[in-house]
Amino acid sequence: MITEKSITDFIYREAELLDTMQWDAWLALFHASGRYWMPLEWQQQDPVLQPSLMYEDLLLLKVRVERLAGERTFSQKPKSRCHHLLQAPTITACDPANGLFKARTSFIYTETRGDVLERYSGWASHDLIESDGHLKIKLKRIDLVNFDAPFGNIQLFM
Amino acid sequence: MGKYGNDAGAIMALVRKAEVHRDVYVDPEIFDLEMEHLFPNSWIYIGHASQLSKPGDFITANVGRQPLMASRHSDGAIHVFYNRCPHKGVKIASEPCGNTGKFFRCPYHAWSFKTDGSLLAIPLKKGYEGTGFPDTQASEGLAKVKNVVVYRDFIFVRLSDAGLSFEDYFGESLSTIDNMVDRSPEGKLAVLAAPIRYMHNCNWKMLVENQTDTCHPMVAHESSAGTAVKVWKREQGDSTETPMAVQLYAPFMSPYEFYEQSGIRIWPNGHGHTGVANSIHSNYSDVEGYVEQMVATYGDKRAHEILGEVRHNTIYFPNIMVKGAVQILRNFIPIAVDKTLVESWVYRLVGAPDKLYERALMYNRFINAPTSIVGHDDLEMYERAQEGLTSNGNQWVNLQRLHEPGEADDVTAVINGTSERQMRNQFHAWAKFMTMNMDKRVEAAE
Repeated sequence: MITEKSITDFIYREAELLDTMQWDAWLALFHASGRYWMPLEWQQQDPVLQPSLMYEDLLLLKVRVERLAGERTFSQKPKSRCHHLLQAPTITACDPANGLFKARTSFIYTETRGDVLERYSGWASHDLIESDGHLKIKLKRIDLVNFDAPFGNIQLFM
Repeated sequence: MGKYGNDAGAIMALVRKAEVHRDVYVDPEIFDLEMEHLFPNSWIYIGHASQLSKPGDFITANVGRQPLMASRHSDGAIHVFYNRCPHKGVKIASEPCGNTGKFFRCPYHAWSFKTDGSLLAIPLKKGYEGTGFPDTQASEGLAKVKNVVVYRDFIFVRLSDAGLSFEDYFGESLSTIDNMVDRSPEGKLAVLAAPIRYMHNCNWKMLVENQTDTCHPMVAHESSAGTAVKVWKREQGDSTETPMAVQLYAPFMSPYEFYEQSGIRIWPNGHGHTGVANSIHSNYSDVEGYVEQMVATYGDKRAHEILGEVRHNTIYFPNIMVKGAVQILRNFIPIAVDKTLVESWVYRLVGAPDKLYERALMYNRFINAPTSIVGHDDLEMYERAQEGLTSNGNQWVNLQRLHEPGEADDVTAVINGTSERQMRNQFHAWAKFMTMNMDKRVEAAE
């Protein structure tokens, strides 16, 4: 039985996998049709016909993860590391009867590489579904507070 | 005064036939001189007329260090001004775009201006009576940029009074903009959204050079495009259709031979493009209904001519790159000698199927975003170069690939696609537009 606590635990567990660079375990949290979306507009509605920073399916996320470990991935020499500081998620839907599980989590994300450290603030929205008794990510949406600012490289996942 | 000052000879000595001195990338004085000379002497893109669709619409832009704004007047004309109040210098417009209504109003003392820039009203105007105010520049309103050309809705300015005309400056290179616009069944492009912005800690010219550098993709992008190809091969299963995403990534891994035969065309004044015979954009899937729309507008022969011209990257010297086939313009905006803001715009082909806009937006976020793995590959190289170039062991950058003795400057030619001649072409133009209004010493040095 999925409860509000299972959703919260899922979100904390996801952040932990990212912070410990367990990329394959992180990918396994996605449903086969899951998406990772970083909009480029305030309260953006359309990921396809409006510009986004990222809108990727599992195939593209696998490319990213495999690239991070590549022998000739020079932008990962030295490697990046990340840190998620999460506020307690707000559960916006927990409806097992209809398979609707949603949460919104305010975060501060840090990505560092070499001597450089960058911080980002925003909200992560999780749209989850139940599959074989486990929660899976249908959509993870990252809305940065300054989505329209010119960033340098963001190489890992928020 | 630094090493270069207004010494045209010293600046021209930085550009040899097939080498450039590293100071062009790392010396802050050279950067200052670029802002003072190169950018004002060149024709610079500031925006697209579709961003000014209604009277009162405005956009802001910088050319070199000059803050500008453009507006649509009530009679439909586009005007470009320096973005400062003639009173105390306060910037009139503080946002990238907006609509001001019937007039601009300075937020400091409420001086107001019509959307053609002329002075509309000053509060307590009688305080200026008998002061000789009508003889001042302030009485003329917002200072106008005199040299403005709107070419097929692309707005270009030249800030210097003296210089080449728009037609002489761009010449045949405008054919890439033509091709991009012609790809709309209505002959029209529209900007519908803000650009993707990406900050680069490197000199702006590294980005410009990279656009026609065809010997780097299979090396630097092995990590991104190469991995995309590898993962797709493994995961495709029984899929017979290559996803749009893989179609966009895979051609980056094309071998040297592909780029050799696809060719580069150079034009005078530093313009040029890769992908003459064909390009990495040639083999995308057809979009249903699009060719039929094009044939209905242009007729069979002309429609196929337009769609058969699949250029890769066109450099409009000094600092934009246009991709006609995927409707993208990248603006390499210099911020400091080692800092460049890249704004990558997508144009919607008005009247064309959504799928083409979807593809252009996807290409833009795959290649030109701070979250783009291809972008990560490139920026890593630029940043390493910005650091490496401070080395005193060798102070020259080598651009010799396929250099021929006696190679002519400022000509139109089609050449082997792995040549570095377009980079040499850009540096010839760089020296020319840096020094053209400097002083008489230009002639002495030549």
